[in-house]
Amino acid sequence: MKYMLLIHQGTSPTPQTEEWASLSEAERAEVYAAYRALNETPGFTSGVQMQPPETATTVRVQDGRTVITDGPFAESKEAIGGYCFFDADDLDAAIELAAWIPAARMGGAIEVRPIVEW
Amino acid sequence: MVALLEQAFRDQWGRVLAALIGFLGDFDLAEEAAQEAFAVAAERWPRDGAPANPGAWLVTTARNRAIDRIRRDRTLVAKTRLLEVPEAGEEDKIDATTFPDERLELVFTCCHPALATEAQVALTLRTLGGLTTGEIARAFLVAEPTMAQRLVRAKRTIRAAGIPFRVPPDHLLPDRLAAVLAVVYLIFNAGYSVPPTRGELATEALRLGRALAELMPDEPEVHGLLAMMLLHDARRDARFRDGDLVLLADQDRLLWDSARRSAPARRR
Repeated sequence: MKYMLLIHQGTSPTPQTEEWASLSEAERAEVYAAYRALNETPGFTSGVQMQPPETATTVRVQDGRTVITDGPFAESKEAIGGYCFFDADDLDAAIELAAWIPAARMGGAIEVRPIVEW
Repeated sequence: MVALLEQAFRDQWGRVLAALIGFLGDFDLAEEAAQEAFAVAAERWPRDGAPANPGAWLVTTARNRAIDRIRRDRTLVAKTRLLEVPEAGEEDKIDATTFPDERLELVFTCCHPALATEAQVALTLRTLGGLTTGEIARAFLVAEPTMAQRLVRAKRTIRAAGIPFRVPPDHLLPDRLAAVLAVVYLIFNAGYSVPPTRGELATEALRLGRALAELMPDEPEVHGLLAMMLLHDARRDARFRDGDLVLLADQDRLLWDSARRSAPARRR
């Protein structure tokens, strides 16, 4: 089974933001260590980290006209901050890996979504 | 014979279905095959007599029907684990007297936290209890199509999200067992907290509790829940008079079922 792990940042600080500076040296090292461990996990494919939700632009097409709004589609605190992939035997394995993603215990949440396979 | 068939259905449905899901890896296919096997039993047992081991007979018959069906409809093969099972010799391995008891795997799948609680409850009653969709709908006061859709969605989630069919490993077991026990207790309460019209749900919860205690004899929480349900249930008949709740102090103690009340104590 292939899963996409959507990282909802919530209030968890991410590198290159003001909140990130508020973390202690040890806390930052922990986040990096967690990602190193994730990257070494068989079946794990790293995705990307996105710029904060306020940099998002949301695009809709209504009656043939492109309508542009500022900000993310979801509420800012619910917006996705990044994603990655995991090839696992079952949902339980994916849940365990999701719990290792730093955002899960720093005020955010991870959404585990099975991917349609053709 | 009708009584025997009904008894077989009550006693065996959960075990038969669990074994079939374990073998086929597909809830719907397993359910259809189990139903078919019970239909064959209804036709043959009165004529030829009941088999020595009704459960094993039902599983074997259902498996053969399922395999036939898959052979007829090759597209289904892609959806089932049969692909990974070598076909030749498979029939030999089906023991006529024993078959694996996979009810625990089934209950942990049905009560997986990735499913909504109401879906866990419905699925547990349908698969392990053998209640019909209509019965479950009536018990929870929702329309039958609503309940049918709830069951379909739950089964689709199990398949699409890859919810495993297994007893969770030790480090997950405490949390997952708590979820299972919560579902059983929820079923019990649904049958217990109202006038005795839905008593069958309490009976079903007791049946599930007994099965869990038998399958997980070393789990104190399981015995604890069963004992509590038995204690409550022993007073079931005294709790309502003309549809009104009668509090403990005012209950007619002659209506308490002393056999059920002392059952938990005897377990120790």
